[in-house]
Amino acid sequence: MTDINSSRVKHRPLSPHLQIYKPMLTMMMSIVHRITGGALYFGTLLLVWWLTAAAAGPNAYADVQWFMQTLLGRLILFGYTWALIHHMLGGIRHLIWDVGYGFGPNEREWLTVATLVGSVGLTVLLWLFGYLTMGVR
Amino acid sequence: MSEPQENLRTPLARVRHLGAAHSGTRHFWHQRLTSVALVPLSIAVIFLIVSLLGRNHAAVVQILGSSPVAITMLLFILAAVYHMWLGMQVIVEDYVHDELIKLVTLMANTFFCVAVGMTASFAILKLSFGL
Repeated sequence: MTDINSSRVKHRPLSPHLQIYKPMLTMMMSIVHRITGGALYFGTLLLVWWLTAAAAGPNAYADVQWFMQTLLGRLILFGYTWALIHHMLGGIRHLIWDVGYGFGPNEREWLTVATLVGSVGLTVLLWLFGYLTMGVR
Repeated sequence: MSEPQENLRTPLARVRHLGAAHSGTRHFWHQRLTSVALVPLSIAVIFLIVSLLGRNHAAVVQILGSSPVAITMLLFILAAVYHMWLGMQVIVEDYVHDELIKLVTLMANTFFCVAVGMTASFAILKLSFGL
């Protein structure tokens, strides 16, 4: 009896993991949604630093401003806004799925491409707006 | 008894309809609720951050401390912190299998989210009330 049980446990089929599947855009976007979510989680520390520095005074705020003007700071900020926009558009896509729409093969591919193109496009537009308003002032 | 059993749940479990997670759809629902709130709030905060980027401290303090901006920021932080607390909980439950490490990580998740929320809120209130 025990032998039969143990061999049954051994040969029980396992659910296939990621490497089994052919990479598809919807799958990649699902992974990116989770990664951007995780990045935004720790990105809130940046928001906290910005707000506490503003509340602390001009000297503390000057440090934030200096860092955000460096290439690394700009890249982090650019990445943070992209992650936020991408996660937001991905979230809207999930909300559309939640109410039962967009499950067709063409629809879900279209939604996925729209999320990616939309997030990159909107981030670039946002920073164009940012640099233009900065120049005007 | 002669009828085939269609549902393996006990009558009590069916009445409670909380499912295998013992908490119903509350987690799912709150994740969606905060996500809907975060769509307009995130757009507002993104524009705020980018438009405040080049300004000096005095201007930033004045704008962040003004009531509509401060209220928007507080709403964003409240919704964001709750949303990310729920999200990170799912990530931890998916990838951390050791019970003790999972418990500690979930605890750290709560501490982190509460600390971020409280610190950011305090800073905004401080700016608003000019303390």
